[in-house]
Amino acid sequence: MTTEELKNLKSNTIVDARGTACPGPLLAAKKGIGEIESGEIMEIYSSDEGTKNDIPKWCSKMTHEFLGIVEEDSYSRLFLKKA
Amino acid sequence: MDIDIEKQLKELQAKVKTLEAGNNDQLSMVVFSGDLDKILAAMIIATGAAAYDMKVKLFFTFWAISALRDPKKSGKGKNFIEKMFGMMLPRGAGKVKLSNMNMCGMGTAMIKGIMKKHKVASLPEMFKTAGEIGVEINICEMSMNLMGFKREEMIDYPKMTVCGVGTFLSDAQESKIQLFI
Repeated sequence: MTTEELKNLKSNTIVDARGTACPGPLLAAKKGIGEIESGEIMEIYSSDEGTKNDIPKWCSKMTHEFLGIVEEDSYSRLFLKKA
Repeated sequence: MDIDIEKQLKELQAKVKTLEAGNNDQLSMVVFSGDLDKILAAMIIATGAAAYDMKVKLFFTFWAISALRDPKKSGKGKNFIEKMFGMMLPRGAGKVKLSNMNMCGMGTAMIKGIMKKHKVASLPEMFKTAGEIGVEINICEMSMNLMGFKREEMIDYPKMTVCGVGTFLSDAQESKIQLFI
């Protein structure tokens, strides 16, 4: 998805993992995914650079669909769709 | 001829079953080291694996067991040597030291400060998270006896069992990943 498409996307839940270091964002994602239904969208806020590599890999292992990243000033927004 | 095929089928089914058993989404780890940095690495891998929906089983043995002690608790019925060991070994996750650059505790204090600055969870916090996410901790009974540790002086942890090497081997056999730290 393009950045514009992602920005217009309506997330069902937002997980704010800013200010946590590895493996904080991963644990936050795991917790958040349990709270939404299959096909719904989750958005993760992270200020940890490694998360941008980790979450797509986590998604492919867990069969969730990784949609993309939107960069903000001091953090990233990562979008995924629950399998 | 028919009987042979049936027999072969059964043998193959049994083989598939043992192969599948060794390929569970499970991580088994021996945590041996009593160093802050190494136990921290072990706990980050363990909680990360749990986030991957893997079953995680940690086998704490030797020096690592010190990190599971609760500083507020004490064991009863210890002899002189066991009491000495208890005094000399770190009392819990908040007291274990760096493997390198400890510098009489200065290095350890410094790294804890840096960890806080970088928002890295402390070791006691990691244990709490691990417990909440379902990481199992098995403690080696023999090591506990050697060091004079008692079950009642260990931290409150949801899934904690005292066991022997057999438990680790069974767990390891069923795991995709096995590690020794």
